[in-house]
Amino acid sequence: MAERILYNLLQVFVVVAFAPLVEGVTSRLKENLQSKRGPSIVQPYRDLWKLLHKDEIVSEHSSWIFRAAPYVAFTAPVFVALLIPVLTQYPLFFAFMGDMLGGGFILALGGFFATLAAVDTANPYGPMGASRTRMVGFLAEPVFIVVFLTVSFVAGSTIPYIVQLRWVSPIANFFEPSHVLLLIAFLMLILAEDGRIPVDSPSGLFELAMIDRSKSLEYSGRGAALMKWAGAMKFLVLICIFLNVLVTPWGLAHGMGLAEVLLAIPMVLLKIFGFVLVLVYIESSLAKLRLFRITEFLGAAFVISVVAMITRLSEI
Amino acid sequence: MHSPHFSVIFSLDALTGALFLLTAIGVVATRQVLASLQLFIAQSLLLSLSALLLGIALGSPHLFAVAGITIATKTVLIPWLLRHTVSVEVYRTREIDRVLNIPSSLLIAAFLVVIAYAIANPLLGAVDLPFARINLPLGLAAMFLGVFTVVARREAVPQLLGLLALENGVFFAGVAIVPELPVIAELAAAVDVPVVALVVGLLTRQIHKRIGSTSVGRLAALRER
Repeated sequence: MAERILYNLLQVFVVVAFAPLVEGVTSRLKENLQSKRGPSIVQPYRDLWKLLHKDEIVSEHSSWIFRAAPYVAFTAPVFVALLIPVLTQYPLFFAFMGDMLGGGFILALGGFFATLAAVDTANPYGPMGASRTRMVGFLAEPVFIVVFLTVSFVAGSTIPYIVQLRWVSPIANFFEPSHVLLLIAFLMLILAEDGRIPVDSPSGLFELAMIDRSKSLEYSGRGAALMKWAGAMKFLVLICIFLNVLVTPWGLAHGMGLAEVLLAIPMVLLKIFGFVLVLVYIESSLAKLRLFRITEFLGAAFVISVVAMITRLSEI
Repeated sequence: MHSPHFSVIFSLDALTGALFLLTAIGVVATRQVLASLQLFIAQSLLLSLSALLLGIALGSPHLFAVAGITIATKTVLIPWLLRHTVSVEVYRTREIDRVLNIPSSLLIAAFLVVIAYAIANPLLGAVDLPFARINLPLGLAAMFLGVFTVVARREAVPQLLGLLALENGVFFAGVAIVPELPVIAELAAAVDVPVVALVVGLLTRQIHKRIGSTSVGRLAALRER
């Protein structure tokens, strides 16, 4: 029992500590792929350190929402990290506290507060980015619902730990059409939810074209650091759900030994870096879509997920 | 009859089928002509892969022949013909003229897939072939999507690609229902289809030369004054 609580907290620690590293590796690999040298992979840590030591300026016209939003946004992925398999294959202490839908709701709560805070300051770019994020969000919502419905239907459970075991035993399950189609649909969702290239440009500095990033323009100092960190953690949590639950549940710890769980950290990180390479390749080979083309992108994701559901429902 | 790796081959065939359906949806929804041509090539490759897998599982040499003929005609010959007969400008246009916008055609495509499964289910009761469970509904769906492509597109070359995708769908269902499909049937199709592609390609080239566009939708209003 004590071990399970300990590992669960270790899992949260891993997500909090390595999220900036994953972000740093992503931006570094992206620059490398485009034949540039790129920033150091520890640059996000340096940025966070600098921001945490700076003064914070808050508009006097803003309400408590603006001040609370960074903390809510920061805690949401932390709570989700309690629920999903990050390091171990067996359920940990808090695993049955909430299922995948619960995790989705918690992440959505963080996003909701970030959106409210963007509207709160009445900075011209904030509400624009907020409304665009909501647009992408409500287009992504049906895909999320269908994907999770199908996944839970296949596994007979909505608890991620039970779902992940379904795909690898026997190995023939891995090649099921519904599985592969769900992977494609979920990959498109990650691109949309995290503001990656076909939907939004994560490194763009032009406010008029921003979708996700313009929401945190008003923050400075500690608030900015927390928002940045929260974004990195949300990305890591989404990747963990994608890799550990849906695609490759390999490399996770099987036993209860501390050494085995600690060994899982580099294995999982290696897996994540492999996925980041794929992501960076997608980002570098596509152009950003125009705003109203996002409907088509997510419409395609929706159709793929629906087809996955149909192939699943009619084969059994 | 069943080879030892039957279940793995079965799910690999299912995977091929899923990707086959995706390419069919892609042929409906892509903007560029060149992209839909590439998707058609991918679809034909997946068709021959499925025939190959079925050939291994059922021990049928006919299906190997089907796979070989499909690769030769549909991934090499037809794309080559279309690239060389139709003028380059057709492939350069980015915005294809179409009846419906892309999101609504995607929704209709999803609906067609549902219908294909609904139709295939009673049919599956009649045949006792394991692979028909995968190939028949997916082939039917690809067939419907091919028809829908012909209806929804208003350009000559994408319409032809819809027709060819329809033909792919028929074969995808066919290889599972009739594993002993006579090679002569496939050979006949293999000669027929490139001729269709050639004729349509040459016709499109002529139309493009005369009118400067291959938009079929605009041809409906053409009359002499």
